[in-house]
Amino acid sequence: MTTTVFTDARIVDPSRSLDEIGTVIVADGKIQAAGASARNQGIPEGADVIDARGKTIMPGLVDARVFVGEPGGEHRETIASAGRAAAAGGVTSIITMPDTDPVIDDVALVEFVLRAARDHAAVNVYPSAAITRGLKGQEMTEFGLLGQAGAVAFTDGRHTISDSSLLRRAMTYARDFGAVIAHETADPYLSGGVMNEGLYASWLGLGGIPREAEIIPLERDLRLARLTQANYHAAKISTAVSADVVSRAKQDGALVTAGVAIHSLALNEHDVGEYRTFFRLAPPLRTEDDRLAMIEALKTGTLDIIVSSHDPQDVDTKRLPFADAAIGAVGLETLLAVGLRLHHNDQVPLLRLVDALSTAPAKIFDLPGGTLKPGAPADLILVDLDHPWVVTETDLHSRSKNSCFEGARLQGKVLQTMVAGRTVFSH
Amino acid sequence: MPETATFPLFPHRHLLGIQHLSPSDIVSLLDRADEAVAVSRQSEKKTAALRGRTQINLFFEASTRTQSSFELAGKRLGADVMNMSVASSSVKKGETLIDTAMTLNAMRPDILIIRHAAAGAAALLAQKVGCSVVNAGDGAHEHPTQALLDALTIRRAKGDLSKLIVAICGDVLHSRVARSNILLLNALGARVRVIAPSTLLPSGIHQMSVDVFNRMEDGLKDADVVMMLRLQRERMAGAFVPSVREYFHFFGLDQAKLRLAKPDALVMHPGPMNRGVEIASEIADGPQSVIQEQVEMGVAVRMAVMQALLDPRRNEASL
Repeated sequence: MTTTVFTDARIVDPSRSLDEIGTVIVADGKIQAAGASARNQGIPEGADVIDARGKTIMPGLVDARVFVGEPGGEHRETIASAGRAAAAGGVTSIITMPDTDPVIDDVALVEFVLRAARDHAAVNVYPSAAITRGLKGQEMTEFGLLGQAGAVAFTDGRHTISDSSLLRRAMTYARDFGAVIAHETADPYLSGGVMNEGLYASWLGLGGIPREAEIIPLERDLRLARLTQANYHAAKISTAVSADVVSRAKQDGALVTAGVAIHSLALNEHDVGEYRTFFRLAPPLRTEDDRLAMIEALKTGTLDIIVSSHDPQDVDTKRLPFADAAIGAVGLETLLAVGLRLHHNDQVPLLRLVDALSTAPAKIFDLPGGTLKPGAPADLILVDLDHPWVVTETDLHSRSKNSCFEGARLQGKVLQTMVAGRTVFSH
Repeated sequence: MPETATFPLFPHRHLLGIQHLSPSDIVSLLDRADEAVAVSRQSEKKTAALRGRTQINLFFEASTRTQSSFELAGKRLGADVMNMSVASSSVKKGETLIDTAMTLNAMRPDILIIRHAAAGAAALLAQKVGCSVVNAGDGAHEHPTQALLDALTIRRAKGDLSKLIVAICGDVLHSRVARSNILLLNALGARVRVIAPSTLLPSGIHQMSVDVFNRMEDGLKDADVVMMLRLQRERMAGAFVPSVREYFHFFGLDQAKLRLAKPDALVMHPGPMNRGVEIASEIADGPQSVIQEQVEMGVAVRMAVMQALLDPRRNEASL
């Protein structure tokens, strides 16, 4: 394998709290050196030398919440098309959700995902498996065997487990295997609506989802996390109060981490406008105060990671009245650029932002990427942080085009994506 | 009927809600409707205002009264009216709202009247078709012609709305009629009250420019207009209120409660009524009731709206 050398790049590596101009040397699919000191190592013979002056190199993003359509919904997204979208977005590792048909709740299905990924995906694909069989919230899956097969986390995907006793046992059992339980918290009875509850929903005549729909099961889960001492990850939180209760659980010493969907950092309920179905999301877009609270919690580290919550939906399920439309939006290709808004607006320091998009999720789910340390796999991206571009439907690699950022002006473009030293995308 | 040129050109292509209307838009529609009332009271009720125009009534929710009101309004204006009822349509076969709309659009109607159970359905349709769209009720969002006919009824009985206290009573939470009325009455300067158990009030009601009451005894005091809302049958038993009996006891309009309003207060109801649930029969049929006038004004308002939207001057301007 050839050696690639990036010279004069700004190197941002949260795993070493490093932000400096230097050289990155990639050899045999691994990082050989990355930093200012690597400038003195000289350029190996026969190396590809890339002048990265004015550009930034960071570890490839690790997206811990990606819904794909394969198996069962390949018209929406395959593992291959999700991989292309990820590569274009600078995402080098994805954790796929078990909400497929069939549900990923069995060893053979984890193996299916890994095989499809090995044969067709441009990026690293790590399957998560269901906590309960068929996502029905009734019987635990085989955490031990699924983990051995390659499931990196357990989650019921879009579903929230109502049975507190079952969840307690699942968390207790998962702890023995060191498995992470990642859970979306939406009380099914309080989540009958379709957008954030409040004046805006009331004027639109749309059913509201109160913040309490998220907070009540989240508080329960955090109590169980304290009780069981399990590794618990609050998958997608969206309200200011949720951030507070996560913060308190962390202070109490619970092994708790939390994620936020990029939408909850970039958009608010007013983006729904006049019934724009691409903005029907879970959790729903909340108020501007909640959005600002999410940014603050991200900055302080109460929120550990940002996820795209990439959820491809085909046009036919979105061209419907708002309350009838499918939930979710694609997000792999815009994750970095939308996240960079927080850097450009001086709301979150770049190192923390890249940490939340790459280093922290790799650490939480014990994945190899998220770092430019020598010896690590060369999963990295070359980025022009300031490059302006406009999101257009036709440029999206995802099979589904339900982006909340269609037509949005973004700043920050991925120029090259490398997975294990192999270039899988270049602009 | 006077020439349409005496009214200002209506600055909207569709009527999707009251929300986007200015007070002067509303007043000009009410003025037009007054003229239409006169036409409807003649023995020769047919005019040629919309001769040659095609109106399609697309009702995804059954509604005898609103649909016939729109149908009659179109016919009195000389339009060709087609009723598309859902029971006999391909919607049952899984065709989507948009596909249905596109199909009808290809038949080149001039105006589509739509009622649908989903909030935003009329707006969605308006984006996809080339003709004017009138929202005849979309979920819990808006029902603009109902609010206009209510305002016309009140104006003809009481004159200027700006000094009036209007109490809207009942299931505000699920009511498109309530939302459109709150918007319209506020636009014309009336004092709007809502009276309901809190389980039937939407979130954020206190920010909707209304005074909120949970007791009829408090909210009806000195009211000039008492507007009752229909309580859907499926919401009566335990889900939002415990029982019909309890609801009528506390929120049904009877003689004792009505006495708290001004002696000449108008009693209104958008229909169809649940007698003995939200309103006592003696009130519905009593001297203060203007429920029948509301039905008459409905036809007039719908004539006014369609004429305003299909103003021939618009075509000339676009040519």
